[in-house]
Amino acid sequence: MKKSSLTKLINAPYILWSAIFIVVPLIIVAYFSFTDKNGNFSLENIYEIPDYGGIFLRSIIYAFVATAITLVISYPFAYFMTKAKVRTQSMMIMLVMLPMWMNLLIRTYSWTTILEKTGIINSFFGLFGLGPYNLIGTSGAVIVGMVYNYLPYMILPIYTSMSKIDKSLVEAAEDLGSSGFDKLKKVILPLTLPGVISGITMVFVPSVSTFYIADKLGSTKTLMIGDMIQKKFDINVYSGIGAALSLVLMVLILICIVFMNRFSDNDDGGIIV
Amino acid sequence: MSNQKNILELKNITVSFDGEKVLDDISLSISDKEFVTLLGPSGCGKTTTLRIIAGFLEPDSGDVFFDGKIINSLPANKRNVNTIFQRYALFPHLNVYDNIAFGLKVKKVPKDEIKQRVEEMLKLVNLEGFEKRSIAKLSGGQQQRVAIARAVINKPKILLLDEPLAALDLKLRKDMQVELKNIQRRLGITFIFVTHDQEEALSMSDKVVVMNEGKIQHIGTPKDVYNEPVNAFVADFIGESNIIDGVMLDDFKVKIEGVTLQCLDKGFKTNEAVDVVIRPEDVDIVHPEKGLITGEVTSVTFLGVHFEIIVDVNGFKWMIQTTDESKVGDKVGLLIEPDAIHIMKKSKYSGLYGDYSSFSDEMDEISNPDVEIEDEED
Repeated sequence: MKKSSLTKLINAPYILWSAIFIVVPLIIVAYFSFTDKNGNFSLENIYEIPDYGGIFLRSIIYAFVATAITLVISYPFAYFMTKAKVRTQSMMIMLVMLPMWMNLLIRTYSWTTILEKTGIINSFFGLFGLGPYNLIGTSGAVIVGMVYNYLPYMILPIYTSMSKIDKSLVEAAEDLGSSGFDKLKKVILPLTLPGVISGITMVFVPSVSTFYIADKLGSTKTLMIGDMIQKKFDINVYSGIGAALSLVLMVLILICIVFMNRFSDNDDGGIIV
Repeated sequence: MSNQKNILELKNITVSFDGEKVLDDISLSISDKEFVTLLGPSGCGKTTTLRIIAGFLEPDSGDVFFDGKIINSLPANKRNVNTIFQRYALFPHLNVYDNIAFGLKVKKVPKDEIKQRVEEMLKLVNLEGFEKRSIAKLSGGQQQRVAIARAVINKPKILLLDEPLAALDLKLRKDMQVELKNIQRRLGITFIFVTHDQEEALSMSDKVVVMNEGKIQHIGTPKDVYNEPVNAFVADFIGESNIIDGVMLDDFKVKIEGVTLQCLDKGFKTNEAVDVVIRPEDVDIVHPEKGLITGEVTSVTFLGVHFEIIVDVNGFKWMIQTTDESKVGDKVGLLIEPDAIHIMKKSKYSGLYGDYSSFSDEMDEISNPDVEIEDEED
């Protein structure tokens, strides 16, 4: 008995914290979604959501493409990282994490100086009399921005699950006649699946809801749902719609996470809802 | 050496890790259908030898012959050899059936044949009905059986076993020893078995290869290595031994503790200093007057089958196993028959082993802060 009351006492601050900073804001978002400017119950905001279907779809497609590219870059990267010497490995982890120490806004902003008409890439092409190309303000630029910003969140979980693989399992596969791609497909890939799932979740979720990246590197044609929500809240009268959009986005993300978790049978790497 | 029957030959194999020699000029030939054990303490190079045969490691120098062909750099997946790993290394994401079928699926064997052969294997290792079971839900003994099935289903010419019984408890280990031996006979394939357990080596093998410090110390039948060890290391590692300094006076005559004894060994120089091995079970305790050598009992331990008695003879402690009880402090005589004496030439191991005044080396190392105790794996 004594122990359980002590446990309760220790837990109390965390429960209070969660209540104030997680549950209450959720309730406020829901409240704004279902009321009009005068605070009366209304479905007016919800009715407006279909108008934003296109922008939702665009956000999902961008996030999907960005996640796919990060995965394609990260998996081989993590694989070769585990093959390197231990010292080199810790060095590489450092390098992967280094950009994360810098603010996302600065990281994104620096991409504009790389991609703009007078930026680094176009200046380089200029040397050969090419360009300038229209790099900034395109969907490509937005996706590059997302890939760059979220790459570490894909590399690290994959690297972790890959370095945990028992070396003798790989040797067993070789011993049984497997090699090269076959070994990757039959042993390494299934054993790193929890890390892959976790990486996909950690890249897709922030990508789909991101703002600022599309605003800085894209154009009005590449606006994402996160930017739209931000703009709605900027103008007070539209905060109801902003709240309703946030609510829908949350539900979408929740569905994605539940869907992803079905692939990783509650193993380590996976994110538990 | 190049006998047609030799399925595997190692010739002058040397391997170094970080400048340290792990295998030092190993040469070994193994015949078809033979049960060979690589025996030695941890760090002796036995696992490294196995990894070279499996193809996980390439020797720095020397050659590996398989069926008369050099296979030094042939990768593991192309060798007609399969391995049972120390901790089984079963694939955790596959069930029992898929683990066993792994090798055949890689070789693209037709599905019907795979099914039939997996069933045969499950029967062989007594695991019928376990097809769908996940690896995590198997006991150590069951995992061991799956590992055996997964390896032998590929019909390898040689099966390599890396301390496969180390993780099992004593009773199960004994049963598995018998079962492995049966499987080997039934399938008629060569087994190369790595262990640090001398009893396991003696009971299962056709041929024992005793290794230490990256070198082969002795190759012989279990009886050879037990009865005629080549040096003090082998004598001590295989079973218990009293190893006493002696002088070979003449053929069949050796002097120890100031007493001349009859023995069956010959061919040494006159007055050559030698190591004399006398097994604890070969010494009779008699009345002091009837004994060849006399000493005082310093410890008596009851072990069920026999007593283990330590007798102090002029400061050298003998271990004697006998069914007759003695008391600490008793003056006793020791009687040794000529055929109980084995004479060895002096080696670098002389004087290091065979005296029971202290604990085993391992015991001494545990209490010595200067010694870093190595891991079980090489």
